[in-house]
Amino acid sequence: MKHTINELEDIASQVRRDIVRMVHGCQSGHPGGSLGCADYMTALYFEIMNYSTDFTMDGKGEDLFFLSNGHISPVFYSVLARAGFFEVAELATFRKLNSRLQGHPTTHEHLPGIRIASGSLGQGMSVAIGAAQAKKLNKDHSIVYSLHGDGELQEGQNWEAIMYAPFNKVDNLIASVDYNGQQIDGPTEKVLSLESLQAKFEAFGWHVIESGGNDMESIVKALHYAKTLTGKGKPILNLMSTQMGAGVDFMMGSHKWHGVAPNDEQLANALGQLHSSLQDY
Amino acid sequence: MKKYTYTEKKDTRSGFGAGLLEAGKNNPEVVALCADLVGSLKMDAFIKEFPERFFQIGIAEANMIGIAAGLTIGGKIPFTGTFANFSTGRVYDQIRQSVAYSNKNVKICASHAGLTLGEDGATHQILEDIGLMKMLPGMTVINTCDYNQTKAATIAIAEHEGPVYLRFGRPVIPVFTDPDQKFEIGKAWMVNEGTDVTIVATGHMVWKAIEAGEQLAELGIDAEIINIHTIKPLDEEAILKSVKKTGCIVTAEEHNKFGGLGESVARLLSTELPSPQEFVAVNDSFGESGTPDQLMTKYGLDTIDIVKAVQKVIKRK
Repeated sequence: MKHTINELEDIASQVRRDIVRMVHGCQSGHPGGSLGCADYMTALYFEIMNYSTDFTMDGKGEDLFFLSNGHISPVFYSVLARAGFFEVAELATFRKLNSRLQGHPTTHEHLPGIRIASGSLGQGMSVAIGAAQAKKLNKDHSIVYSLHGDGELQEGQNWEAIMYAPFNKVDNLIASVDYNGQQIDGPTEKVLSLESLQAKFEAFGWHVIESGGNDMESIVKALHYAKTLTGKGKPILNLMSTQMGAGVDFMMGSHKWHGVAPNDEQLANALGQLHSSLQDY
Repeated sequence: MKKYTYTEKKDTRSGFGAGLLEAGKNNPEVVALCADLVGSLKMDAFIKEFPERFFQIGIAEANMIGIAAGLTIGGKIPFTGTFANFSTGRVYDQIRQSVAYSNKNVKICASHAGLTLGEDGATHQILEDIGLMKMLPGMTVINTCDYNQTKAATIAIAEHEGPVYLRFGRPVIPVFTDPDQKFEIGKAWMVNEGTDVTIVATGHMVWKAIEAGEQLAELGIDAEIINIHTIKPLDEEAILKSVKKTGCIVTAEEHNKFGGLGESVARLLSTELPSPQEFVAVNDSFGESGTPDQLMTKYGLDTIDIVKAVQKVIKRK
């Protein structure tokens, strides 16, 4: 382990502070999903992945990460900055004019750590598969990671990709689903039920594992285990139970904080629940 | 009128197949993807030579575009192949976000463009693709005119860094360009120098423009014929230079008159050199089933339509 579970939880708490401050700072953005994925993203960048912060687009010899549900950009930007891809002070520019931290992640502004634009949903798994297949052609044994919203799986392109990956033995791919059961218009169960994601992915030929996405020990263990499953002929799906808004009590358990920014009072309340382990930007 | 002859007829898509094989030999990073149309896209030779560098995607074009974008991240130069309709309209948002906005080095290669796809009818005859693709910032848009030019263009785009849309077609047509040509992206080809009118043509309309030029010569009209194979970036200098001399222009393309080459030329002339222009293009319509020749006649894309457009535009000078 590069870090203890406690250390990772401390970093995740700082990431959560960054998220609510960023969204408050521009009075727009998506805090709910960002908070829910703070533990996964912290585990990935501070424990699981091998990468260089000296960023190159091709990332040869490095593990790669693709964020398909680009609206949770605050957590991505915070983790990239905290990991050393760019100065944490730049987080203050989120969603503001002339910023590299666009509302949704993009390569267009050349922000280190971003390899594809995402935002229009459902495209990230195909991209991750392509990057994984390029690694195979290059005899590069690194791993490709991707993250997808659960509501995002309603987009049809995902299922093209989900069918393709096992048939083509893309076994250097660990995809995770942010399984929080919420989307903009309400619970996924009411908007368009996903039914059993485990059964669906398994029927398509994936190796499915489950984890508690807001339990650092569970997510770290699951991702370490997922790494041992690579190279065995099947892509791996980490079905990760999360809570939208995790870590901030009044944002949890509902879709209402999917895309709403906190006011001054709500920000103070949220920050009171999240200790600062590194320094605020 | 400079004399153009041909000894054989071939389809432009076969030029793509030959060019892809050559590009694959030139550069080991070139890879190819296809959405269940290997035979139609003439990709067999590449697949035979480089089986490990070919990806059969199945009937899933959105996934194909995304995978191609991902492959570039590992340094690959992916060529996607399917019909023009499924290469553009069906996957526009995937191209917009994962390729164009992300500035990925993907070559979107599209066969069966336009009316000359023929009997399959309007569902497959896209006449809007040039417009769709040229509106994407950073996208290079090329529409080739014969087998040799398509082969040369395919080789050239592999050496170009950035997203490209390469449009070609299904029917066999005269092979009249130089087999050893060096294809230069964005550089117009002067087919015939003349003084009375400029005819700018792209794709399958170039041969028809040559036929029209011969007929016009018999009528005493000296037509300058320019092949614009690269619709974006447009060779503005070549067009302006020609129209300064001739004073009027006819554009010819197998595409809707909205959004095509003609509109690009009109935009240029309206700001730089306002001049009479006539459009030989499909008049805001879908196609239908029929033979390619029947369709080109019915929808006003024949040699005679270019001749008539020239006669009309000269009167407007």
